[in-house]
Amino acid sequence: MTLTHTAPTERPAAGRQQSRRRRAAAGRREQRAGLTMAAPALILLLLFLVVPVLLAFGLSFTNARLISPNPPRFVGLDNFVRAFTADPTFLRSTLNTFVFAAVIVPVQAGLGLALAVLVNQKIRGVTAFRVIFFVPVVTSIVVVSILWKFMYQDDGLINSFINTVTFGAWQGTAWLNNPSTALGAIIVLSIWQAVGFHMLIWLSGLQTIPEELYEAARMDGASPWQQFTNVTWPGLRSTMVFVLVTITIAALGLFVQVDVMTQGGPVNSTTTLVYHAVRKGYREQETGYGATISLIFFVIVLVIALIQRRLTRDED
Amino acid sequence: MNRGSLAKILSVSALGALALTACGQAGQGGTTSDDGRVQLTMWTHSAGNPAELEVYEQIVKDFNASQDEYEVVEESFPQGAYNDAIVAAAAADDLPCLLDMDGPIVPNWAWAGYIQPLDLPTEITDSLLPTAVGSYQDEIYSAGYWDAALGVIARRSVLEDNNIRIPTVDEPWTIDEFDDALGTLKEAGYDTPLDIGAEDAGEWWSYAYSPMLQSAGGDLIDRDTMLSAEGALNGPEAVEFFTWFQDAFAKGWTSNGGTIGNEEFNNDEVALSYTGMWNALDAVKAAGDDVLFLPPPDFGDGPKIGGASWQWGISSTCESPEGARAYLEFSFQDEYITAFSDKQVVIPATEAATAASEHFGPEGKLKPFVELSQEFAVPRPETPAYPVISSTFEKAAKDIMNGADVQSTLDGAVQEIDTNIASNDGYGF
Amino acid sequence: MSTDLRGEKQLRRRRRIWTYTAMTALAAFFLFPLVFMFVSSLKPDGQILSDVSSLRAFLPVGDISLDNYAGVFDRVPVARFLFNSVLVTVLVVGLGLVVNSMAGFALSRLRWRGRGLVLALVIATLIVPFETIAVPMVYWVSQLPTLVWEDGLLKYDFGWLNSYHVQIVPFIANAFSIFLFTQYFSTIPKSLDEAARIDGAGWFTIYRRIIVPLAGPAFATVAILTFLPAWNQYLWPLMVVQQEELRPVMVGMQYFFQLNTAWGEVMAYTSLITLPVLVVFLSFQRAFVSSVAASGVKG
Repeated sequence: MTLTHTAPTERPAAGRQQSRRRRAAAGRREQRAGLTMAAPALILLLLFLVVPVLLAFGLSFTNARLISPNPPRFVGLDNFVRAFTADPTFLRSTLNTFVFAAVIVPVQAGLGLALAVLVNQKIRGVTAFRVIFFVPVVTSIVVVSILWKFMYQDDGLINSFINTVTFGAWQGTAWLNNPSTALGAIIVLSIWQAVGFHMLIWLSGLQTIPEELYEAARMDGASPWQQFTNVTWPGLRSTMVFVLVTITIAALGLFVQVDVMTQGGPVNSTTTLVYHAVRKGYREQETGYGATISLIFFVIVLVIALIQRRLTRDED
Repeated sequence: MNRGSLAKILSVSALGALALTACGQAGQGGTTSDDGRVQLTMWTHSAGNPAELEVYEQIVKDFNASQDEYEVVEESFPQGAYNDAIVAAAAADDLPCLLDMDGPIVPNWAWAGYIQPLDLPTEITDSLLPTAVGSYQDEIYSAGYWDAALGVIARRSVLEDNNIRIPTVDEPWTIDEFDDALGTLKEAGYDTPLDIGAEDAGEWWSYAYSPMLQSAGGDLIDRDTMLSAEGALNGPEAVEFFTWFQDAFAKGWTSNGGTIGNEEFNNDEVALSYTGMWNALDAVKAAGDDVLFLPPPDFGDGPKIGGASWQWGISSTCESPEGARAYLEFSFQDEYITAFSDKQVVIPATEAATAASEHFGPEGKLKPFVELSQEFAVPRPETPAYPVISSTFEKAAKDIMNGADVQSTLDGAVQEIDTNIASNDGYGF
Repeated sequence: MSTDLRGEKQLRRRRRIWTYTAMTALAAFFLFPLVFMFVSSLKPDGQILSDVSSLRAFLPVGDISLDNYAGVFDRVPVARFLFNSVLVTVLVVGLGLVVNSMAGFALSRLRWRGRGLVLALVIATLIVPFETIAVPMVYWVSQLPTLVWEDGLLKYDFGWLNSYHVQIVPFIANAFSIFLFTQYFSTIPKSLDEAARIDGAGWFTIYRRIIVPLAGPAFATVAILTFLPAWNQYLWPLMVVQQEELRPVMVGMQYFFQLNTAWGEVMAYTSLITLPVLVVFLSFQRAFVSSVAASGVKG
């Protein structure tokens, strides 16, 4: 009896132990697999992203120069003080970067969505239009900047177009030479180049919204606009997060357009944080100070990313 | 991670390290070619410029054939990217033996210890144009085969039709005369009578406009001490010049539109073009015998134009500087200097080469530029601070062109330059 | 009833006409700089400049020839640069897909110690513009050890400058790609893994046999997103590659900006280096469009 009694109780215990051991082994395997599979990317990220960032971090507290016979000296927070108190171009760069992002993020996201709605219709030839709207995305930004610089000239294409459609009533300006239009001109070009990508992302979101919802809305007599606000928009929330994050990242890092088209001018109206960091740290060879600007930039971006994450999370 | 895998990783890395030490470090014996010659690497900024490259290739070929100790290996970079490339190479301690540099950055490189004194025989360096030799603290670090010159290109017929006096080297336009001429030409129908080249960017700004500033009595820096720009770049003379500069754009005498180059003059859209002689042949093609090469206006202290172009130096890390010197000595032959001049349209650095030159010799169409260079060329300040001075000058001048307040912009530029000099302990001055 | 239908039909037709008009206008807006580029590549410099302010800028009229293309081939080793860019791009994209998707798999579907930390690292490094770390990077890669073949022996040396791998290795791992893979993989039902594990499959097998085949859209998206920057590399090769034989196409662009810019040749060269990208894009456009679309939602 006792034997027969203990046997059934013992067997599950052994089984539990065995399964625990098996689970532990599985856990170890999982641990090992996880590390091994992440390792190549992790090592590369450490080597080619984290190490340079840390080097930049270290340099930002020194007066290191790209070309100099003098060894770098530790200067404490001097570079940071200089940035915020003695470098008006830095402050202007910060402002420009924010302005650029503040305009680009909503406008590009909105236009992308409008385009997506346009090419989401089931009509003939729509694929061709999707492709055409996407073409600027696959064109090099350097090439695009050179082309647009050409077109923005006083006697360039843009002005002759404006002149034609307004029958000469409105004269354009040399867009990139005018402090009040240069940043705007870069914004237009940047949107032109990148909006196709976000159109596609919105399009994907649109295509996941079940057709039945629209049918139901139409049955209730909803106008196209009502359909958009009641069916489409609520169905796009997760897409929106993705679009916002990608545009913000790209906008804050603005560099190539400025480097090719205006070199930060006229009168600092287009200088950005990344451009200023490169100008100081590389072109003017003040490596330490350039690193400081980069570091400040990293912190700003990180803060914005965190805020964005918090905001979008609250909405969910 | 369990112990097994840790042990595995450790043993693999140990094996790897062992394998590395077993195979030994490469490149310890200096670079030699297959036939045992010492290789000398040489960088030029001439990629994309076949005419110039052709001459270098000829020199290298001749030199390599002339002796059996060294072999020069040439690598060329596009000009727009060259400075970035050599600065990066310097930071990575990876400079070639022989490299060419734009004249004004030579002191910076000498100060940083990237290049060594040139030590070429004095017969060679003495025979060159003074602006073709680069020095720092009274020591010669670089030498070039040519120099460039700027001038004002015009059409004789246009000036005569508008009753504008044709200036000479002895009697250049005063600034008032120049202003009157521009006003007259604007009235005569030229939308912007002067192409001053402001659409360009980079070193051109300091090269083209800082001599004008000097002509007006200002300068980039106080050249006696090389320690401060105070007074030179923001004194009354500088303010006067930059006010003129700003007005020239505001009054529509000139603009920063159009394209880099001399198309506007060749198409007779501008009457005067302040540009380099590299555009002169095309101007001759467009205007024939009507074309004039004139001195720039006198802002008070006589006309000035920028001197010093690309020059050659030897890096400090060069393993066989004797070889590099042998090559440079070999290369400064008049026939090569003439070849550079003929192919590239630049002023030869020696008198003999000038005499033999197609464009600048006695029969040469571009002869006036030789006189301009001899009479008016001034070097940019020979200080290691020059890269910062130049970048600051360009930014300030552009801001002024776009309407910024002259005095405060210049004061800001002076402060930026002086801060930089102080933070580098005076750059050795 | 019938009038209603007719009315609706008419309404729909009118809306369609509007749609096409709008889309055509937009198409012109998105295409005109590229048309300008291709057309200008056929014209001499002077004509490009004089045509630039009229409609002629878009028309192949006037002095049309392939001279600029001939000039480009004279000045730049185009074939070599194209080869280099293709090699670098293919390897960056290909190796990147493997390395980043494995990391994404480990981060989204496996439980292991350190996972949270790695995920945080990936998110924190999502945006580090390359330009801001370029200078420390040059210094850093010039110190890294490498293997070289010399005198018939395998030896080691220091410094990665002047090589293909310096243009490739630093760009394989990409925080943004890892992030995209992680997001996409976490939408695939976990039950698939469990079923496979009961059948005795290892983690790598699950990754390769189950997850990869299901994640086509994510792979295509990452491929495009990493393809473009790899093809367009400019500042980095400029700083670390000295030999002409190793230069990529974007550096070649600088060859045309001498004392005076050869605009016709610039246009011809940019056309030449944009063409391969357009061809790749057009031939894969169906996959691209639907895949970028498909992965977008998962963000």
